[in-house]
Amino acid sequence: MAAKRMNSKKRYELLTRNMGWETTYQSMDEVFPYDKFEGIKIKDWDKWEDPFRLTVDAYWKFQAEKDKKLYAIIDSFAQNNGQMNISDARYVNALKLFIQGVTPLEYYAHRHYAHLGRHFRGEGTRVACQMQSIDELRHAQTQIHTLSHYNKYFDGLHDPFHMFDRVWYLSVPKSYFEDAMTAGPFEFITSVSFSFEYILTNLLFVPFMSGAAYNGDQATVTFGFSAQSDESRHMTLGLEVIKFMVEQHEDNLPIVQGWIDKHFWRAYRVLALVSAMQDYMLPNSPMSWKEAWDVYFVENIGALFDDLSRYGLRMPKYHEVATAESEHLSHQVWLTLYNYSHAAGMQTWVPDDKKLDWLSEKYPNTFDKHYRPRFEMFRQMEADGQRHFSPGLPQLCQVCQVPMAFTEVVAGDAMKISRRVSTYKEDRFYTCSDGCRDVFEGNPAKYAQAWLPVHQIFQGNCGGAELADVAKWCHLQPGDGGEHVGSPDQDRWKKWRGEDTVKPTVMAAE
Amino acid sequence: MSEKKVFLILQDTEDSRPIIEAVGADNPHVSIQRQPGMVRMEATQSLRINRETVEEKVGRDWDVQELHLNLVSLSGHVDEEDDYFELHW
Repeated sequence: MAAKRMNSKKRYELLTRNMGWETTYQSMDEVFPYDKFEGIKIKDWDKWEDPFRLTVDAYWKFQAEKDKKLYAIIDSFAQNNGQMNISDARYVNALKLFIQGVTPLEYYAHRHYAHLGRHFRGEGTRVACQMQSIDELRHAQTQIHTLSHYNKYFDGLHDPFHMFDRVWYLSVPKSYFEDAMTAGPFEFITSVSFSFEYILTNLLFVPFMSGAAYNGDQATVTFGFSAQSDESRHMTLGLEVIKFMVEQHEDNLPIVQGWIDKHFWRAYRVLALVSAMQDYMLPNSPMSWKEAWDVYFVENIGALFDDLSRYGLRMPKYHEVATAESEHLSHQVWLTLYNYSHAAGMQTWVPDDKKLDWLSEKYPNTFDKHYRPRFEMFRQMEADGQRHFSPGLPQLCQVCQVPMAFTEVVAGDAMKISRRVSTYKEDRFYTCSDGCRDVFEGNPAKYAQAWLPVHQIFQGNCGGAELADVAKWCHLQPGDGGEHVGSPDQDRWKKWRGEDTVKPTVMAAE
Repeated sequence: MSEKKVFLILQDTEDSRPIIEAVGADNPHVSIQRQPGMVRMEATQSLRINRETVEEKVGRDWDVQELHLNLVSLSGHVDEEDDYFELHW
C-alpha cells in the first residue's frame, strides 16, 4: 500500500532543513562572509519560515502552467494584431516607460536574489531567495517577449537596457536599486522585499495592470498579473524577513526600522514616475494615483504597521509627507516630463478636455488651483506654434535623482520648490525633501559619488555637448520621445485606424 | 476589536470563479469588488478559502496551492495548510 502523502509542512521541511551543514574545511564565517557585518544578529536560522511552503516540484509545475497561459495569449495577441485594440497610441508611452524603467529592475532583482540565495547562512532563506531569483528572470523575459510585439509598431521600445544605463529619468529607478544592491544582504532584502514589494509594489502592478485591461492591452495585463502572482509570494517573503529579524534579537529592531525608513522613501520617489504613468499616460484611468495611494498605502499599510507595532516597529518616517504629496505628485512629475520629453524615450502631451475634467474631479483640492491653468497655458502655446520644451538641464536631487520639482506641500506652500542643502567635505549637495536629505546625511560618502546624468552631461561624459549628441549616446531615436501630437507613432496610428492626420494646432484647439 | 482589513485579489478569469464563490460562501463578512481584469475580496480581520468548498464548486480535487495560478495580490499574514488558505491580522 502506498504511503500516505505527506502534508505541505512536512514536505517543505524536508526540502529546506538539514540540507546544509556546518563547514569544517573553512569556517562558516569564511563561507558566508556577508551576513554579519550589518549588525543583524541571528540566533537560530531554523526559525525562518516561508508561509507559502512551495516545494521545488510544485514551483516548477505552477510556473510552467503560468508561462503556458501567458505565451498562448502573447501568440494570439500578435496573430490578431492586438496592438490595434488599445485605447489610443498615447497609451504605448506607459509601456515605453515600463520596459525602460521596470524591466531592467526585474533583471537586477534576478541577479541580486541569486547572490542572496548563495550568501545567507540559513537554508530556508536561501531557497526562498533562489526561487525569487528565478521568478525575477521570468519577469524580465516575459516582459521583453510581450513588449517586443509593440516594438514592431511603435518607437521607443528598441533598446531599453542601454537606455536604462544612460537616460536621465531612468537613473531614478537605477540608482535606487543599485543603492540596495551595494548594501549588505539584510538591507537589500528589507529594501526590495519589504519596502518596495510589500509596501509599494501593489501601487505599481495592481492599478497599472488593471489600467492596461481598461485600455484594451490584453498582453500587458497578462504578463503583469502573471508576474504579480509571483509578487504575492515575494511580498509575503518581505513580511517574513522583517518578522524574522526583529524576533531573532532586540538589537535588530533599530537597524531594521532605519532601513524601512530609508528604503520606503527611496522606493516611493521611484514610484513618482508611476504616478504620472497612471494619471496621465493611461488614456482611460480606472483609478487615480491618489485613490490607489489611499487604498494600497494609507489603508493597507496602515493595517500592516498597526500589526507590526507589537514588535516595536512604526510606520516609515515621512509617510505623512508622501500622503500629503499624493494630491500633487503625478501633476508635478508629468509637468516635468512634459518640459523635458524632447530628451526622453517616451512622449508627452497636454491632456485632452476629458482627461483634464477627470483630473479636476479626482483632485478637487489641487488640480484646478495649481495645475490645470498650466496645462491650459501650454495648450495655448501649442496652438500658437510654441510647444514648450525646457532648453536647459534641470537640477537633480542628489539621492533620488528626480529633477527638483517637488514642492513644500506639507509646509502649506505648494508653489515653492522643496530644496535641502547638505555640506560634505566642503561641497554642497542638494536634495528634494527631508526624506532624501536624511538618506544623504546617513551616508554622505556613498551618495556624494552618485552618477547624476545632468552633471555627467555637463562634464562631457555623455557623448557631447549638444542634445543630439547626448540622444545618440543614449540610443534615443527621433520619434521615441518629444511631443506625441504629430509624432510618427501618432501618424501611423491614425493611418491604421483610417483617421486623418490632424495637425497639432487643430488638435490643441479642440 | 481592531477593524483592520485583509484582502485577496485574483485575476478575473474562469479559473478564479469557483474560488471567489467559495470565499463568498465561507466568509459572510467579505466584500467582493470587481475591477478591470481583477476581483478584489476584502474582509475585516481575516479571510479564508476552504479546499472542500472550492472542490464542491469546481467538481474535482483542488490543491490549495493552485491559488498561485490566479493570485494577483494579498495583504495580511498568510496561513496555508493542505485544507485551507487563510489571511489574517
